[in-house]
Amino acid sequence: MFMTVIGALNEGFLQTMRLFSITLVCALPLGLVISFGSMSRFFPLRGLTRTLVWVIRGTPLMLQLYILFFVPGYILPGGNPWPSGESGRFMAAAVAFVINYSCYFSEIFRGGIQSVPIGQQEAGLVLGMTRTQIFFRVTLLQMVKRIIPPLSNEIITLVKDTSLARIISLQEVIWAGYAFMKGSHGYSGLVWPLFFTGVYYLVFNGALTLLFGWVERKLEFFR
Amino acid sequence: MAILEVRNLEKHFGPTRVLEDISFELEQGKALAVIGSSGSGKTTLLRCLNFLETPDRGTISVQGEVLFDAADPSTQREADIRRKRLHFGMVFQSFNLFPQYTALQNVTLACQLLAREQPDFKARRKEIFQKIDERGMELLTEIGLANRATHYPHQLSGGQQQRVAIARALALNPDILCFDEPTSALDPELTGEVLRVIRSLARQKTTMIIVTHEMAFARDVADHIIFMDQGVIVEQGEARQVIEHPAQERTRQFLARYADNG
Repeated sequence: MFMTVIGALNEGFLQTMRLFSITLVCALPLGLVISFGSMSRFFPLRGLTRTLVWVIRGTPLMLQLYILFFVPGYILPGGNPWPSGESGRFMAAAVAFVINYSCYFSEIFRGGIQSVPIGQQEAGLVLGMTRTQIFFRVTLLQMVKRIIPPLSNEIITLVKDTSLARIISLQEVIWAGYAFMKGSHGYSGLVWPLFFTGVYYLVFNGALTLLFGWVERKLEFFR
Repeated sequence: MAILEVRNLEKHFGPTRVLEDISFELEQGKALAVIGSSGSGKTTLLRCLNFLETPDRGTISVQGEVLFDAADPSTQREADIRRKRLHFGMVFQSFNLFPQYTALQNVTLACQLLAREQPDFKARRKEIFQKIDERGMELLTEIGLANRATHYPHQLSGGQQQRVAIARALALNPDILCFDEPTSALDPELTGEVLRVIRSLARQKTTMIIVTHEMAFARDVADHIIFMDQGVIVEQGEARQVIEHPAQERTRQFLARYADNG
């Protein structure tokens, strides 16, 4: 029994990990792009991005999942754009998570960039650097150092938020654990698998915490 | 001929006029000190010369070339401004060293980035970088910090940081080196080492503009002095003359306050 449950939970956690990694890999750069938009000197762009961030941060991720998964099927002329089955659910969930998290990340990036003293940029300018060079050579690492704590918070939240995707029946780890309560692999009424899903989150977040601690120490060489 | 010619410079921040009809010249190899109370526009003047602020009126010319003319937008293109900035070096009141780079890297970074724009950079990359590093070490030796080359800014004292900032500005061989109150952020016992570096630059005939509150230093090091008050040049002339025999009442009052405090 134990091995059956663990096998099912492992499979669920694999899906959790997939959603987590694809969100992280896409939302970090997209968040940076959005943060530039929200700091743009061009008002329409700034207004548009700030409105987007307001809407996405102001509404529940669960609602966004529902809307992204179900609504396109009603309004798009081509019908439901998502493939059928688990892969369709995964794609919809991934899109919703990437949009949602890039908006959160963008605000962390904006805070980080704006907390780097303006004198750094001016020093770069008088040395004949371009704005791109100043961003990548001067601002970026100072910003990364500052945003590691809030960013690690957000990333740990992301690990746990992936469980929201079960609202559109994505078969992630909690979905797999809960399945043993109502009946799965010939078992039903099992409560402990649900508890056991918590172990996956704890262990993984523990590893992430160690990783962020390591990065923070790596960046201690400057102040 | 004057290396720097500033004509009728004017700058507003909203309704506040910070600079009004600023005109002066600076000869090659001379040091100019700009004195005046806080808020008199000294710093804004330096920032205009470095194109960190855009003047509303007037012209800035270096070696006869008009770098900036408020009436001519073709002199204000962003891409050209970057090149024009290189005529000027700038040492900030708060040093603004890059914290994630060592002293040597702070000095060499801009040179390395500019070198990338040379057509033969790829082929000679190693040789070019080595030259830049050698020059960086030379500069650090000059300011007496060769043994701190691999230190990060937070491992250096304020005075040492400011000296590295001077080396960083010198690395690009600017025509005119600008100092914005270089010792104002330093403990009194650390100002000496920075002033010594500036003095030695003056002896080597570096063309400089120094905004400072150190009157004795201004008198000894500068060839010319400009006294500014409320955005205008009240008095300018030969350094000793301005400090010891000011012609204007406002200059006298300003200097008297320093004499009282000193």
